Amino acid sequence: MSISALIVLIYVLVLASYLGFELISKVPPTLHTPLMSGSNAISGITIVGALMACNELGYTTLSKWLGMFALVLATINVVGGYAVTDRMLKMFKKK
Amino acid sequence: MNTGIQLAYLVASVLFIIGIKYLGKTKDARKGNFISAVGMLIAIVATLLTLEVLTFIEIGVCVLIGSVIGLYYAYKVPMTKIPEMVALFNGFGGLASFAVALSDYYLKSETNLASLDAVNLTSIVLSLLIGGVTFTGSMVAYLKLDGKVSGQPITFKGQHALNLFLLIAFVAASVLVFLDPTQVTFIVILIVISLLLGVMTVIPIGGADMPVVISLLNSYSGMAACATGFILNNNVLIVAGSLVGASGIILTQIMCKAMNRSLVNVLLGGFGQTVATGGADGPAVVVKEIGVEETAMLFDSASSVIVVPGYGMAVAQAQHVIRELMEQCEKRNINFRFAIHPVAGRMPGHMNVLLAEANISYDKLIEMDDINEDFSNTDLVFVVGANDVVNPAARTNPESPIFGMPILNADKARTVIVSKRSMGKGYAGVENELFGYPNCLMLFGDAKQTITKVVSEMKDMA
Repeated sequence: MSISALIVLIYVLVLASYLGFELISKVPPTLHTPLMSGSNAISGITIVGALMACNELGYTTLSKWLGMFALVLATINVVGGYAVTDRMLKMFKKK
Repeated sequence: MNTGIQLAYLVASVLFIIGIKYLGKTKDARKGNFISAVGMLIAIVATLLTLEVLTFIEIGVCVLIGSVIGLYYAYKVPMTKIPEMVALFNGFGGLASFAVALSDYYLKSETNLASLDAVNLTSIVLSLLIGGVTFTGSMVAYLKLDGKVSGQPITFKGQHALNLFLLIAFVAASVLVFLDPTQVTFIVILIVISLLLGVMTVIPIGGADMPVVISLLNSYSGMAACATGFILNNNVLIVAGSLVGASGIILTQIMCKAMNRSLVNVLLGGFGQTVATGGADGPAVVVKEIGVEETAMLFDSASSVIVVPGYGMAVAQAQHVIRELMEQCEKRNINFRFAIHPVAGRMPGHMNVLLAEANISYDKLIEMDDINEDFSNTDLVFVVGANDVVNPAARTNPESPIFGMPILNADKARTVIVSKRSMGKGYAGVENELFGYPNCLMLFGDAKQTITKVVSEMKDMA
């Protein structure tokens, strides 16, 4: 990877972190548990990496197996995380 | 990678950000979660379009297995066990990043050695470290929360020295990997050390500090996704990972502040051991007991009530009868509210979820800073399954291990009733001064049973 490509990635990292701090500090404490399970689902974005790793057409079997393993785990994270967050948020009602 | 895919990733990143923004308001939160899920779907579909069609069967099978497990767990888990689930899923996220990093390493070392440059190797090494620590650390946290291993801190002599040694060994092995990327032995050493470090960092942390630990591990799982983004030169992973990383760090800070502890202090662990001996020397507290009927009469004659719930309430499954109690009080036009301490429950915001599940309206749940002024003009405070968060020693006794921790000023109310199974110490192992106060009455017995009786007494009165 070239240094200029790396710098772009670091830009993204710094700006996204800053935005994250700004947005998340505004989430009310009532919603901190759903925030955590929801962000848990977002961290399942590794699924994108796992999909790419699965895409090796038998070049190296180990590499592919690891990718498939990662894909199962990341899917659990994404699907389970969003589902449980929705289940919780559905319960928050105001009368 | 073509422009279409990059644009799809950009859309996904924006949807994650909007989704989190919607979490800022309780009424929009569900929509926010949905928006974020749509972002994820876009990112996944866009990635699938770049892939070779021949691998779709394998991918389909993996996604199906993962979805079934994820959905089954998400719909089956009881709300009291959400912390365990979050710990477990954090671990899966960490392990997924770990596996992607390894997969990438093997692919490149066998097909295109030249692409393993310094930047790439740094990303892989970092991803292994963060992913590995997140995985085993989360598993230990899960086992502790679930009671499969003791919640007691595990400490031994030379622990910190050993951790330091492991860290140095990790750096040394990383340097060797840089010098010769084809040497698989060094990669194996990195794997072993990072997995070991995860275990070592969580075992010395006690059960009471678990809210801090799962917040921190949540942050790590985001950072692990970030590191994977650097390996794959992929912006959507970096954006999503930094959002999660920031979220975890903020929650960690809030939890530390609510317990008046520094993060370093929590991580070094062993809290609760020295404390138990310190509390034992104090004078025995003399308490006054109250029965079910008198309790019902006090509720009946009050005009304002604040309930202070703790995790003990959820363990006794008393939240549903407390809603009935609330209904009885509201029939009598009593101002009935809940005071929520930031560390009530076992993860940030846990108590709110438990009460929401019992169908209690969220505008009745008031945060500590907003309700603390009101205790002094409240007739009756009802403490259920909470202990340390109402201990006035935190304000008055510099000797107390919890001194300085922000607490709910329950003791300032006209009357305090504490529902408690028996006389016992809180998480911190400290005797609670409040129980000996002249305005404090103890309602002994299982919270669910006693409150059910109080409610039926109140029904008879009406």
